[in-house]
Amino acid sequence: MQVPAHVEYERASSVGHALSLLARYGPEARILAGGHSLIPMMKLRLAQPETLIDINGLSELSFLEVDGGELRIGALTRHAQLLDSAAVGEHLAILHDAETVIADPVVRNWGTVGGSLCQADPSEDLSAAFAALKARMVIHGPDGSRTVSAREFHTGPYETMVGPGEMLTEIRVPISPGGGSAYAKVGRRVGDWPVGAAGVALWLAGDVVADAGIGLTAVGARQFAAPEAEEFLRGAPATGESFARAGEIAAGHCRPVSDQRGPADYKRHLAAELTVRALRAALRRARG
Amino acid sequence: MQITVTVNDAVFTREVEPRLLLIHFLRDELGLTGSHWGCDTSNCGACVVWLDELPVKSCTVLAAMADGRRVLTVEGLERDGRLDPVQEGFARCHGLQCGFCTPGMMLTARWLLDHHPDPTPAQIREALSGQVCRCTGYENIVRSVRWAAQHQGGDGGGGHRSESGGV
Repeated sequence: MQVPAHVEYERASSVGHALSLLARYGPEARILAGGHSLIPMMKLRLAQPETLIDINGLSELSFLEVDGGELRIGALTRHAQLLDSAAVGEHLAILHDAETVIADPVVRNWGTVGGSLCQADPSEDLSAAFAALKARMVIHGPDGSRTVSAREFHTGPYETMVGPGEMLTEIRVPISPGGGSAYAKVGRRVGDWPVGAAGVALWLAGDVVADAGIGLTAVGARQFAAPEAEEFLRGAPATGESFARAGEIAAGHCRPVSDQRGPADYKRHLAAELTVRALRAALRRARG
Repeated sequence: MQITVTVNDAVFTREVEPRLLLIHFLRDELGLTGSHWGCDTSNCGACVVWLDELPVKSCTVLAAMADGRRVLTVEGLERDGRLDPVQEGFARCHGLQCGFCTPGMMLTARWLLDHHPDPTPAQIREALSGQVCRCTGYENIVRSVRWAAQHQGGDGGGGHRSESGGV
């Protein structure tokens, strides 16, 4: 039987209240959103916070809005809500592709977008998707709010730029018309962590790539991104040959680790192959 | 801490430790053993209940998180002595053998039918993809849910849409 260690519990009534509770209880307090990353860790005693600050009542953090060329996603938005959103499906298909292969429908009802990002697992699918989309994260703290890019947000395995006394409140994703995006993942079973996964956002100028965003997860890509492959693609013809080369470059900059999910050489192969597949799918959507 | 949870329309106020999981609150504190405790790692779904109209894995939710909220367990599917069409479907279509996964399967199926009254077998399988059955091979589970979809309006009643009118 997996039993968490003793813990205290507080329920926040607002973002301000949550921040004051974080300040009061100090660095051993943890925000509790859906809990589907934190509670399993507590059950294994890999996480032993002293105080949980339950933010599930903060409806002000649960929103999905298209606002001036950006999709704004409240941190408390449930995975299921992101998947159900027609606006997300229309503008940012990569997020639907990714959510479809994250966990399972029941877990997605309660797990949150912000929670998954703040858990910062090196295999988190949304980290790669938001890196591909060049999203920005809004962090609130006692001195106000600040915005960091998705590609700076993660600072290491299970570490983010959210400091003690701060909380992630929002993710902002630029929406540029005329592009296409897609996500491709290999996992051992439904909803599992990826063995490797790639997300792509692509914009064309005629038959040439105008801009590209490539995100990778579970393969040791720095900041979940492949900037060298992106640089190669800018101005290159949108062909299978360019995509194959981009996949090679992306794979070359990964540092996958052999573990129970697979050997490093297979993961490196996936980094290349899934980048190619995501590029192909994004291209179809950009053209179609 | 004290929590107040509405379970199957009955209000319960109890003293609990914050670390108590919802599955254990339901089974051990309230004696509602219809929800089953399986893998303990949020994989198998034997523990699925509804929390505020949404199926959740109750082994991965604290009882404290249910304070002030509504829970539906398998015991709450029956209404006024009559089985829910989902329950009847599982009985008629042999949707269970050992029955361990069944409460969770039925609660997710009930939610699916409330929101998608005529699901395809593929949609049923997708909706249940987070829940494991070791006995049936899933085929009769799908048949059971299809039976319930086809017999929704008749003997079994109108399902469990939230009182606000559902989604």
